[in-house]
Amino acid sequence: MSDQRIRFYQTGTFTVGNRLLDPSDRAVQASTARANALTSGHRACQGCGEALGARYVLDAAMRATGNQLIAVNATGCLEVFTTPSPETAWQLPWLHSLFGNAAAVATGVAAAMRVKGKPVRVIAQGGDGGTTDIGFGCLSGMFERNDDVLYVCYDNEGYMNTGVQRSSATPPTARTATTPAMGPERGNVFGTGKSLPLLAMAHNLPYVATATVADLHDLEAKVTCAMGIHGARYLHVLVPCPLGWGHPTDETIRMARLAAECGLFPVFEAVDGEVVSSTPIRRRVPVEAYLRGQKRFAHLFDGPTPDPRIARLQALADQNIRRFRLQPEVTP
Amino acid sequence: MLKQLECSRAIAEVIARCRPEVICAYPITPQTHIVEALSELCRTGELAPCEYINVESETSALSVAVGASAAGARAYTATASQGLLHMAEVVYNAAGLGLPIVMTLGNRALGAPINIWNDHSDAMALKDAGWIQLFARDSQEAVDLHILAFRLAEELSIPVMVCVDGFVLTHSVEPLDVPSQEQVDRFLPPYHPVQVLDVSDPVSIGAMVGPEAYTEVRYLAHHKQQRALERLPELAAELAVILGRTSGALLHPYRLDDAETIVVAMGSVTGTIEVAIDELRATGLAIGAIALCAFRPFPLVELAQALAPAKRVIVIERSLAPGLGGALASNVRMALQGGAIPVRTVIAGLGGRPITRVSLRRLFTSAAQDALDDLTFLDLDTGAIDRELARWGDQRRSGPSAENLLRDTRRPR
Repeated sequence: MSDQRIRFYQTGTFTVGNRLLDPSDRAVQASTARANALTSGHRACQGCGEALGARYVLDAAMRATGNQLIAVNATGCLEVFTTPSPETAWQLPWLHSLFGNAAAVATGVAAAMRVKGKPVRVIAQGGDGGTTDIGFGCLSGMFERNDDVLYVCYDNEGYMNTGVQRSSATPPTARTATTPAMGPERGNVFGTGKSLPLLAMAHNLPYVATATVADLHDLEAKVTCAMGIHGARYLHVLVPCPLGWGHPTDETIRMARLAAECGLFPVFEAVDGEVVSSTPIRRRVPVEAYLRGQKRFAHLFDGPTPDPRIARLQALADQNIRRFRLQPEVTP
Repeated sequence: MLKQLECSRAIAEVIARCRPEVICAYPITPQTHIVEALSELCRTGELAPCEYINVESETSALSVAVGASAAGARAYTATASQGLLHMAEVVYNAAGLGLPIVMTLGNRALGAPINIWNDHSDAMALKDAGWIQLFARDSQEAVDLHILAFRLAEELSIPVMVCVDGFVLTHSVEPLDVPSQEQVDRFLPPYHPVQVLDVSDPVSIGAMVGPEAYTEVRYLAHHKQQRALERLPELAAELAVILGRTSGALLHPYRLDDAETIVVAMGSVTGTIEVAIDELRATGLAIGAIALCAFRPFPLVELAQALAPAKRVIVIERSLAPGLGGALASNVRMALQGGAIPVRTVIAGLGGRPITRVSLRRLFTSAAQDALDDLTFLDLDTGAIDRELARWGDQRRSGPSAENLLRDTRRPR
């Protein structure tokens, strides 16, 4: 029998197939011993990126901590679709208080564990609205005090739970219910918004990372790394939302991959306020390839000529690529 | 043992003896001395084990307490005025979740106009958040109420706010007895939560509840308050045996025998009222007073019984419900519903204005002659009001009223 050379990246997607890996390298999610911290039966929409991301994050954190984990949740989709009382999809201790205070509540849980001498770790999680907008004060406080909490933001770039309104994580030009594709500058305007990963880095956190649901191995590895460190840590996960973005429900992973491959969503890690690694773009695509698949950007393509703002978005992607060295082979 | 102490210091010391495990604090006048003293007690190790967390806002202060309490730790914080409003969403949340947090409120007015002095506007703003609200009539009771608060909170799994008049009590120095560790331990057992975040028995806390059960959840919040009506006097009696003095009650009666006029009030003004009553009693006026300690739960039945012999009731109201009158008087009227006893509301001592014995004596005398309107503002400078109203009438752009009034009061006339 002739040898068959195994190529990891044989699916054409650059995704590492679990079955081709050594068992010790396989995803936490591939193991029957996974915690199923967020178990099936919840009420997320079909193709929900957040449900996928949260499942991988929490199971990886459960493995890393030997199931010694408590989760604190901000109000939002993740909270609503997992806990229509009396049902709950959570198989770990879970607390929801309010929209804007998850980071502070997590600080309290961590303080209780410390004072009681229990080696139990704490994750706080929320969407981009609960993180970059209403929860930012509490989050910045938790960061600055270096409280022993991993905060995970599942970023779908808008207030999807309330019907797709703009947040400070909504990209320029994107149509939302409060930045309609109307008027002289359709969709969300340029020159607004903020980068939470960079703001987290400005707090000199021991660990800040970004990830997408297109690279779940990478996501799990970053969670595992984060749980190996004490102090305030921040993980920002891009989770496409078929409802809010307007893409087919089976395109969630592809949209996340395109966001990274066009450069609009840089995937990197930072330690003590400095970027220490970034995930190189293997097959760079123009932003148009990412934008075209989503109805929230449809107004950029409905005229006789290309909307000049596509070039401005491309410039943002190019800047990310330079800034985070996403194409190391290309000299900046 | 009596020691010359600032009330805030004594509160901090008694809190320490209640063995809180997590204290979170954000500074706001006049609460600061309490949390400063607690930070000192934590630093020196006198209070240990305890996590003392300096947070970046009152929202976070109470949120940290929510997390700590849900994780099974005894949690404490303190605030005042704007701080209470800033954390308002969490105040409701902590009660809704049934977390037995104890919080000191250094009662202070609300802006605008910004004002750091004492009244009850802050407590009244959140009177229906689901917390038990106990009002201290003096510094010693302020100290003792905190022990009672932890016991009541944890027994019923409900948060308790101990309302202590800002400056008048928080910053006053007088001989106070801080109960010993042994006394506190005899009264306050370790905290055994009814719900807790536990990795060996995972539960979800804070889930969404729809119309099918929301009413029942809210009913239970009311039920707990009703239980507190029963338990508070029992626990106060138990504590009285240990401390050898009476602190905490649903209400404190004063010279009610054959009283035709009864004054109802809360907090530190009680002392001045009692002095004024003594003076009027000496002149033969049949007058007495009730200091409400429990505002939530509101002791409707007990108050109605105590007020039943009265011919008239005067409520000294330390906050204003604009467009209505006062929250306390509204509640007192509810206790007396169906009866024929008139209740007069007197708005007094807003923003720290002194409530003097002389003013009270004049007020009570005219009340005894049934000469009071339904709503009276004690010591209101009607001249200043008339001048400002005239300005409103004279010109559209009359300017900021607060500044106009201040200028008027400072201008020699």
